[in-house]
Formats: sequence, C-alpha cells, structure tokens
Amino acid sequence: MSVFIRGCGAVSPAGWGVTALANCLVRGEPVPAKDIVRPGWTQPLRGRTVPPPSTRPAFLAHPRLRRTSPIAQYTVAAALEALGQNAPQPGRDLTKLGIVVCVMAGCVNYSRRFYAETLKDPATASPLVFPETVLNAPASHLAAFLGATAINYTLVGDQGTFLQGIALAADWLRDKRVDACLVVAAEEIDWLTADAAKLFDPEVIVGEGAGALYLSGDAGDGPAVRLEAITGAHLFTTSQMRRQAPRRARAELGSSRPDSMLCDGVQGAPRLDRDEIDAWRDWTGPRLSPKMVLGESFVAGAAWQCVAAVDLLRRGQHSVADVSVVGSNQQAIAARFVAGPQTN
Amino acid sequence: MPPRAATRALIDLARECSTLGQTEDGIVLFPPAYHTGSPSRVVITGAGIITALGQGWRPNAEGFRNGRVARRPVTLFDVSRQRVKVAVEVDIPDELPATRLGERETRRMDRAAKLLLLAAHEAWQQSGWEPAEHLPLVLGTTSGEMKLGEAYYQQAVQSPIARRGQATRVLYYQAQQQGMLVAKALGVGGPLTFIANACASGANAIGHAWDLVRRGHAQRSLTGGFEALSQLVFSGFDSLQALSPTECRPFDARRDGLALGEGAAVLAIESLECARRRNANILGEIVGYGASTDVHHLTQPHPQGDAAFASMEMACRMARLAPEEIGYINAHGTGTPLNDSAEAAAINRWAGARARTLPVSSTKSGVGHLLGAAGAVEAVVCLMALREQWLPPTSTLQTPEPLCEFPIVQKAADAKLDYALTNSFGFGGANATLILRRWA
Repeated sequence: MSVFIRGCGAVSPAGWGVTALANCLVRGEPVPAKDIVRPGWTQPLRGRTVPPPSTRPAFLAHPRLRRTSPIAQYTVAAALEALGQNAPQPGRDLTKLGIVVCVMAGCVNYSRRFYAETLKDPATASPLVFPETVLNAPASHLAAFLGATAINYTLVGDQGTFLQGIALAADWLRDKRVDACLVVAAEEIDWLTADAAKLFDPEVIVGEGAGALYLSGDAGDGPAVRLEAITGAHLFTTSQMRRQAPRRARAELGSSRPDSMLCDGVQGAPRLDRDEIDAWRDWTGPRLSPKMVLGESFVAGAAWQCVAAVDLLRRGQHSVADVSVVGSNQQAIAARFVAGPQTN
Repeated sequence: MPPRAATRALIDLARECSTLGQTEDGIVLFPPAYHTGSPSRVVITGAGIITALGQGWRPNAEGFRNGRVARRPVTLFDVSRQRVKVAVEVDIPDELPATRLGERETRRMDRAAKLLLLAAHEAWQQSGWEPAEHLPLVLGTTSGEMKLGEAYYQQAVQSPIARRGQATRVLYYQAQQQGMLVAKALGVGGPLTFIANACASGANAIGHAWDLVRRGHAQRSLTGGFEALSQLVFSGFDSLQALSPTECRPFDARRDGLALGEGAAVLAIESLECARRRNANILGEIVGYGASTDVHHLTQPHPQGDAAFASMEMACRMARLAPEEIGYINAHGTGTPLNDSAEAAAINRWAGARARTLPVSSTKSGVGHLLGAAGAVEAVVCLMALREQWLPPTSTLQTPEPLCEFPIVQKAADAKLDYALTNSFGFGGANATLILRRWA
C-alpha cells in the first residue's frame, strides 16, 4: 500500500499559509527577528514570531478554541489548511481520521503563566490556564474541532520527531486503524524558550508556528505526492555519535536521483549545522534550507522542511525531494517524497 | 553446553532477535518490515515497577493485593498555601543500579529519570536481554522532569544573570533526555518514541510497542511510563479542585477527588517466537489494545463514556474476546465524580449482562494517580493479578456508587483469572485500553 500526501499547511514567521511560506523561501531573505522582553534583562532576546493573521480565523469562534494558547491555534490553522476540502463538513465521517501532533518545547506560554501564578498564590492560579499546559492540549483541541474520535497521539522529542510522526501515521494507514491521518508539528515562542536556546548557541534565533501534512492511502484528485521512505531514527548521545547519525541516515535513504532536491535543516549556526553539512557535503543538486530564513522552530521547523518539499513536488518543480533532519539532542533521520502516483 | 558457549549462544540469539526485518544500519521506519503471515503474539518477559508501595515486583504485589494506602503529607515542595496537602510520594533508594552510565550522568539524574531507570533496569534484568543497537523504546509521560523546568524558571526570574546549571536543567527537562539516559544505561540504540497523551500516556506507549512487535516492525521493545510529582502539576490539579481533601475513594458514592502519585513501570515485551527461542521466562501476554478520543471537553469525559466504551470495545475486538471472558477490570477510577460515573456508564454498557459479575477495582486508592505512568503501572498490576491469581481491592471504598452495576473489589481476594483489562483515560480525551492474558 502506498501512502500519499494529500495536503499540507503551514503557519510560520512568514505568515499564515503554505503560500506565504513558499514565497518567503523563494525570496530567501531571513524573516526579520523581533525583540522578546526577558524579565530582569535590559537587552531583549530575539525571536521570529508569527505575524497576526490578516483576518481573524473563523475557527477561533469554536468554544474549545476561544481561550487557547498560540500553539493550539497554529496547530488547528495548519491542520485545516492541510485538510483543504476534506475539512469537516456536515455529514462527513471523521471517526477514522487519525491525528499525530509533535512538539519539542510545547505549551510554554501557559505553563510559564500558570507556574508564575502558582508561585504568587496557588489559591488564585487559574483552572482555565492549567489544562492548556498539558502537552496534548493542541491535539485535543484539534480533535474536538474536527470531531475526530479515532486514535490521537502527541509525540514529544527533538526535531526528528516530525518524521517519526509521519512514519507512525503511515503505519496506522497500512494497518487500517485510520482512513486518513493528520501529522502536525507546532511550537510557540516565549522568552523562556528564546533564553534556553541561547544557552546552547548564542547565534540561534528561535521561531514559532506549525506545519501539517494530511496523509491518505489514496492519491486523490490533485497532484500526487507519495511518501517513499523514512529512514531509521539514529539516536546520538555523544558528539561522535551525532557526527555519524546524519551520515547513517543519508546512507540508509539510498542514492539520490539526478532530479532530486534536498531540503535540509541547516540554519546558519555553524556549531549546530556542522554534522548535517558534513553528511551532505557532496550534494550537488538543488538545496533548500528553510531554517536559514525562518529560524530555529524546533519540531515545527522540521515540518516546514517537509511542507516546503511537498509543495515543490506538487507544483512540479522537482520530482523527488529528500528531507534531512538532524535534531538538537536525540536523533538524525531522513525522508524521501516522490511526485506522482506510481505505487510499486 | 559450557557456560561461555551458552552465553555466546544467547548473545547470538539476542542479535538475531533484534535485527530481524532491519537493515544493517537501523530500523527503517517506512516502509517497515512486515510479517507475511499472521501477526505475532506478544509476550512480557520483564516487568519493572516502582511506586509508593516500594521498589520491585514483590513489595508492590503485596501492597496492591492487600490494598495498602500510601498517601502522606507532601515533602517535595511547598504546599502550605494549597487547598490539599497530601500526595503519594515514592521513597527513591539512595543507590541506583550499576549501569553503563558514568558517575556524572548518574549524578545528573533527577527524580523522574531515577524512577524510570529503576523500573527499566528491573524489567531489563528479568528479561535477560543483552544490549542491542536496534531495540525500540516506547515511553509515556505527561510532565517528565517538570521539577527541572520549575527550577530553571525560578532561577531565570530570581537571578536573571546567573546561568550556572541552567543548560543542564533545560537539557534534562526534556522527556527525550530521560529516555536517552535509559537507552545509554542499558546499551540500547532505539528508536525512541515518547507519547505524551496525558494520563493515557503509559497505556498508549505499551499499546504502541505492542503494535510494533505484533506487526513485525521489531522483535522486542522496552516500554512503559513514568512520572514524578511536581509543584506545577500538583497546583494545577488543586486549582481544578480535582484533588481529594479527604481520601481518594474511587467509585464511592461520596468520592471527592483524586490523590496524585508518582512512580514508573516498564515492560520488556517480545514476540512469542523470540521468547521461545531463548527459553525466556514468560510472565504474561498482551492480547488487545484500543485507543480512542473523547472530544466532549478538555478535562471532562463524555457523561456516558462514549470514548471509553469505544476503547474497550476496540481492545476486545483486537483480542477476539467477549466481555464474558474478561475476569477483572483495573479501572481508570481516579476518584473524581465525573470520571468514575462516566467510566461506570461505559463499563455497564460495554459489559452488558456480564457487568453484574465482573470484578472491577481502582488501584489509585493506594498509589494515587500516576498520570503518565498510570497506564503502565496498572498494566503491571494486572500482570501480577494474573500471575498470582488475586484481585487487587479498592480498599478505601465505603459506599459503592449506585451507578456501578458491577461489583467493586473491596477486600483482598483470590480469584481465577485468565484475562484482565485495564483502562486509562486522560486530559484532552486520550483513552486507551489494554488486555492482558495469563501465561500458564
């Protein structure tokens, strides 16, 4: 059985939608970073935030989404765009729509806010805020909005987790646990995450948003993009293993094809990029590095890599796309997407 | 066979078991290796557990069998201004087992990581497995090492310029780092999958690992859940008034909330063929897994327990069992008014006529609600009940909730059990059910 990418969605510092993401990547100019106030510091932190939407998204009228944190809103927006015409409509059966939401930093805004309230006075800590701190809150809101009662996982891990999530969804499809599956990655910015990222590399500029793919066992009507392979998740616990991991992932992906393009995770921070650059040093084909313009958005950044690759395939600009993800502290993993419905 | 040759044979066998369906470099996630025949049977060959009842199988088996209640005043953080001041804390042993971790890494382990390591090490030793480069870890937690996140925040706010220790806190706060530590400690190469489905995380993790082995993607997996108490989560449940100010009494007509607990449980699971080839001591079998999503409300279940019903029904369908064949249910049974009435409605509906004779209990009365570890710990409780043929009681029960058409186990009792079912329902509507079979 083949697995097809039927739709993709994105909310990023470039704006709301895949088109905004694609246009930004074509321009190739880094999205300007904004100041993020950090208590106790005169110098602000820098981050790439999602701009306000041009119009208020209709989904925010849903009772479950009115008070949600940004990460849940990004999750739903990206998922709805990926679903496209398959979005919920009266009479549509969504009882076999699986959901996989991937996070690394997760629901930081409300967690920080709730903990601050707790330290100040637990008697007044908000019972409305606490549930939004739970890692699977975005997945829950998405399921509630769609009325999707099938299996729903929230995966936690580093950037490579998004490709694990795609593999999981593909497996559910092949096992007929679900008829279709949304795989979403989402992150939200906060001074805490910006501050934490600085501890590991002062050059890193954090970003936020979400990316989503809608997977199904049939190619559908539009341009077909097929998932061809996802390598093993190569764990690393030492710097030496981290050097080897992307090389192993690349070797496992097999020889690239003459018409392949590479969508990598290089972001312009030499210390973090080194291992991935080394692994793909002899790559001579076209290369796209979304994080160079969007910043480090953890798992959401890996999702944008996949969304950008799929979008290029859908628009016929390439026929094969390899995606390389080297995570911060867990794994290196790679995937290959192919244009066309061929299934053998 | 001479000892050295026997050891070599075991290592070869372990290698064989761990590399079936894999490339030289790792487990390709897609397209995965598949059995050409029917799905594998999946057995448990190791079970590690640590709760407030103690560390390891025996103290926990005795504690659960006798319905021991381990609730006590919170000592881990300040609760002086909280509405409720008790929880179910674990006494973590000073000495951790010797592993492949260095002294520095061991020293850096915080509460959640220690709980996980202790449970994983026990399961690992019982299984008799050897280190393997490709062995999936599937773990569940809700807040993992939240305590480190709290410490990071406090220092960042109170001493903004002080950076000492902050990078370590950030790193080890992340759930995957606890999994990586265990992988390194035991010499396991992954892949590592972390499921954070709130209070169903542990059950989802075991269910997912079961799927991996059953469908031939892996021959073995180390799987379970862990959770450590933290101030943020304690305060959160208190803010929702979900914590019991009296005593956690699941399925009691006058129940008034849950008790938060902590701990970990880990299972070593493998295909039956793999276990038989190496003459492993089989503790039990996992035969069914169901998962569904309750879209009713972020923190409240559907009053009729629709998703719980769907989850139990799916697990039974996968196990090819009827409710009449289930001998015991370890309920999610948190002790909150809404959860227990919804779960009771779901069990009544799912079990039909069988409900009148189907023993049900919630062991959260003794060890509290372990959140992301609950599903894993309760799977081990079911395993204990099946192996030793007893029913764990809800010893705090006084007046059974009239909605319950099923008998609630109130006192320790011997029983003849072949199948046990365990439910886990989480915030956000994540529902999971596992069914275990006695290995005789």
